Amino acid sequence: MTSSGATVPLPRPSALSQPFWDACKRGELMVQRCDDCRTYVFIPQVACTRCFSPKLVWVPSSGRGTVYSFTIVHRPQQPAFPVPYVVAIVEMEEGWYTLTNIVGCDPEAVRIGLPVAVEFREMSDTITLPLFHPADAR
Amino acid sequence: MVAANPMHGVAIVSAYNTPQARVLPEKSSLDVTVDAIRGALADAGIEPSAVDGINGNVGMGLQITAAHLNYLLGGNPAWIGTQRPGVPALLEAAAAIGAGLCETVVLAAGQTGRYAEREKTAPWTRPSNEFVECWGLYTAAEFALIARRHMHEYGTTPEQLAEVAATIRNHGHRNPQAVYSGRGPFTRSDILGSRMVADPYHLLDCAMTSEGGAAVVLTTVERAQELPGPPVYILGGAMERMGPSYVMAPVWGKYGYVGRRSARKAFAMAGLTPRDVDVCEFYDPFSFELIRQFEAFEFCGEGEGGPFVMDGRIHLDGQFPLCTNGGTMSFAHPGVAQMLQKVIAGTDQIRGRMGPVQVPDVEVAMCTNGGAAALFMEVLLLGRESAA
Repeated sequence: MTSSGATVPLPRPSALSQPFWDACKRGELMVQRCDDCRTYVFIPQVACTRCFSPKLVWVPSSGRGTVYSFTIVHRPQQPAFPVPYVVAIVEMEEGWYTLTNIVGCDPEAVRIGLPVAVEFREMSDTITLPLFHPADAR
Repeated sequence: MVAANPMHGVAIVSAYNTPQARVLPEKSSLDVTVDAIRGALADAGIEPSAVDGINGNVGMGLQITAAHLNYLLGGNPAWIGTQRPGVPALLEAAAAIGAGLCETVVLAAGQTGRYAEREKTAPWTRPSNEFVECWGLYTAAEFALIARRHMHEYGTTPEQLAEVAATIRNHGHRNPQAVYSGRGPFTRSDILGSRMVADPYHLLDCAMTSEGGAAVVLTTVERAQELPGPPVYILGGAMERMGPSYVMAPVWGKYGYVGRRSARKAFAMAGLTPRDVDVCEFYDPFSFELIRQFEAFEFCGEGEGGPFVMDGRIHLDGQFPLCTNGGTMSFAHPGVAQMLQKVIAGTDQIRGRMGPVQVPDVEVAMCTNGGAAALFMEVLLLGRESAA
């Protein structure tokens, strides 16, 4: 996200979310899926948010999706974020949604429906963030 | 057989705002909250010793502030509320009064001094969640994600958003009690010409921040008849929460119409429809959120909210005057105390106390808290006449 990465607020993983962040560090995007009803669940939970089953398992995501909505931010949350930056909701191929940043293109080129793919940016020894770029950009 | 709704036996007998300002350097959050309670009780003609229920929030902390306020009032209250001050606290208190747990409840909130680091957005707009904060989100961006999707699906325009913001700010311009009194008038071009914050939101599409206190007093309809002021009756209300605020991605298709169930329940409780509403004191954090609420509450059809707010309909002399005191964009926005200020605006309109922004002959006021990106919406219908 930024060259001054040290001051960007980084995730503080919980026991529940640790598998997600461990996977990011390995360069993999993982998501929980319900073993009973096959619903994908994100952010990490202790029960399926569709059928309340406890049988959630971590599975790999394709890392591909489309931009569901976005905003070009000009007034940053805090100065560590250089402006403008693009905040987006990505609808993943598997049908789950994540908040993220769209990088690797002119912010003005971002559109709803734009195909995007995950990339990983190491921010610290423990945190690697999943970001997304246009799928045909590299 | 369900008994008649006990909330219909409850009335608001006082609604009071302390002086509101961008900053109140001489006052603490507790000062302004206590000032609000003192003012509200004086307005109601009620002695502190007559209060037997309380709920409050001082400075948005999670500390048990209602107990502290209870102690200051002499330690009499028999009932302590737990919901956030605003529509939810009011509904909880009304239910408690209706059930006989207490008779006279004061609800209060106030905030000063919380927004010090001005290079960041306000602290209550920055969710600390691990799947939100790291991508630079804050509330304007969250609500922008909701607005952008609606614009994509229905063709809602920046001009329609700007009409909402200009209207609310013009109401505040005319309200001598507003923090931004006299700052207008505003045109749509003024809104669209202000600097971009989080596309499609310009600076003037967004709520401001300010400091101050607010309080409301509720009691039984019977007790209200013995008090000097005209009572304002609770006609209906409901709460709706779909999940934790500012944690999940604000997906329009899932959360776009949060508030529809609470509005339907409130209208059914009151025996009213949206056409019966005389003033709309809706939560106004960002301009699109008002367009969304008109759709969610079924004042208009899905996707019709943009055209619906045009042509003067939401002006003071229109069919549905919106945020008549200037709302959080112009009147005041002292943290969560704004939730209670929506109730105060509706109460003041019904009592005819709004001065230059008074709407004639207000019978029914609709007050709301929450929003799409927050995943909750609470609705309150107030009336000049009792529903019972």
